[in-house]
Amino acid sequence: MTAVAGPPSTTAAVPETAPPAPAPPRRRRRGPVAYAVYVGLLVLVAVFLAPLLVIAINSFKSASDFAAHGPLALPHGWHLSTITRFWKQVDFGTKLLNSLEISAAVAVLGTALALLNSYAIGIGRVRGRAVFLVFFLMVNVVPQEGLVYPLYYMAKQVNLYDSKLAVIIIFTVIQSAFGTYLLSSVLAEFPAEIIEAAEIDGANSWRTLTRIVVPMSWPTLSVMFTFFFIWTWNEFFLPLVFLISNDNQTVPVGLAVLQGQHLMDVTATSASALLGVLPALLFFLVFQRTLTRGIAAGALK
Amino acid sequence: MTLSVSTTKSSRAAAGPRPGRRPARRNARRGVRRPGRRGYSLYLLPGLVLSCVVIVVPVIANVGLSFTSWPGVGNPEWIGTRNYQRLFQDEDFWASFRHTAAIVLAMAIVPTVLGLVLAAVLFDYVAKRFSSRSATLFRSALYVPQVLPVAVSGIVWSWLLLPDGAVNTLAKDIGLGGLARDWLGDPNSALPSVLGIMVWIQLGYPVVMFMAGLQRVNPELYEAAEMDGAGWWQRFRRITIHQVRPELYVVLATTTIAALKTFAQVFVLTRGGPGNATLVPSYFAYRSFFENADVGYGSAISSIMVVLILVVGAVFVRLQTRADQEGRR
Repeated sequence: MTAVAGPPSTTAAVPETAPPAPAPPRRRRRGPVAYAVYVGLLVLVAVFLAPLLVIAINSFKSASDFAAHGPLALPHGWHLSTITRFWKQVDFGTKLLNSLEISAAVAVLGTALALLNSYAIGIGRVRGRAVFLVFFLMVNVVPQEGLVYPLYYMAKQVNLYDSKLAVIIIFTVIQSAFGTYLLSSVLAEFPAEIIEAAEIDGANSWRTLTRIVVPMSWPTLSVMFTFFFIWTWNEFFLPLVFLISNDNQTVPVGLAVLQGQHLMDVTATSASALLGVLPALLFFLVFQRTLTRGIAAGALK
Repeated sequence: MTLSVSTTKSSRAAAGPRPGRRPARRNARRGVRRPGRRGYSLYLLPGLVLSCVVIVVPVIANVGLSFTSWPGVGNPEWIGTRNYQRLFQDEDFWASFRHTAAIVLAMAIVPTVLGLVLAAVLFDYVAKRFSSRSATLFRSALYVPQVLPVAVSGIVWSWLLLPDGAVNTLAKDIGLGGLARDWLGDPNSALPSVLGIMVWIQLGYPVVMFMAGLQRVNPELYEAAEMDGAGWWQRFRRITIHQVRPELYVVLATTTIAALKTFAQVFVLTRGGPGNATLVPSYFAYRSFFENADVGYGSAISSIMVVLILVVGAVFVRLQTRADQEGRR
């Protein structure tokens, strides 16, 4: 790094970083060093994304093409057949729908539950709110390994084993615990005058929540919804334990279980990886701004 | 994690009033609102009941089960601390925690250090000499592995690392065929391969977090330092690291806890093998629960994980609070 940026000693740094004349602040100086840094970053990003590119090109190869030319050659003719055959073989559409159903349900229910908790803590300022916040933090942090067996046993008792509902309930609680933590501090900043005005106008607390707090907190709620959706989509451990039949599995669980059985040929495996990557990339492109803004908010709001 | 909430705010307050904020007025408002409102406790009820049923009761039951011998059917048999005694003599148990230490390095320490440098380069160099748009694009590209389901990243990499896969083919093509090996099947290279993949997965997170933190920094600070002759490295050491301290705690806390919970990567890449070369506590517990029907033993392992993770969480919260109080002084 020092070689790139110039050593910290002032004398050596003079030509590169300490111009004698007072420089206008936004001036852009692009010496060879700057271009070297830029190219270095480009190479880093290329290496970083190459795995996904390699997966993508191999998913369009026929098995014989792969056998003849190996994993790094471009396909000789682009075949969709590997992907479509894999899609049908594992009934990928069902897995997509399962993931969609579970993630959307958790996002909606988790946001709603977090909203109720945070309404009591942030706006209602209930007694012991600091303790409740620590409690919800712990609920979110506790490793799933420490709950899985009793939950598994309970689910079997109430006929919720191998059911999407069980997974939805569990993740609603886990995600909403984090959401409570985030949203409580946001709602603590909610203008008191507005709440008081609503009270004077005779609105009860439920009406205040649905007519005033929810519409005004919409930006935060939508960030939470997005995050809960993607986090739940990516979850693995509990869905692996709870969803054992093919008809209930989510995308990550279905693909991982299949990969573990070693039944697929090489190009089919790369097609399976591609099909796992694509929805995630799609969410990323659609929600990119929400995500990057929300990550900062999640930490610092 | 989000205890940073209060932290950041008070450290901001410590830095003095910021433009656009009216601290005096806000404090007055707070004063008015200090007494809690009535009738709001009811809204906590669903959240508390569900948390108890889904989290608290299972955790307590799990700790209880760790003192029993139970194959998952019939009645658990109370055996006192025998599971724990057995654990401490089990080489797999110690191996799994040694691997966890290495994973903390690969998921928390290395990405944090690299991410700090990359964020500073992008924010204080690329954005200024080229454009903030290109800095944003680099950031997004590095973040891509973060949005993939971990299990799917595992499938991608296990495909690339096949004995006749892309990585070995590339090594042969550039004349480094001697390096080619069965990366995940060789006990010597399995763990390093898994760790490398973890760095790839994690790197984007600290970059995004630190770049967000740097947005807070007054640009004049950097400009003044630059005019005083501070090189990039000096600005990095004296300004950047200090300014992103709140993010530093959050990143280290969340990634360390995630490292202790590692499961999907190991499940997909190696199943803990070859032998126990990549065994981690989480997979060890899973195996005891669902493959060996040794529920008491699995509960003992996972109870240790629960305690460890709660302790790590508490330590970070404590560190953060202390750093915050120092900042206020």
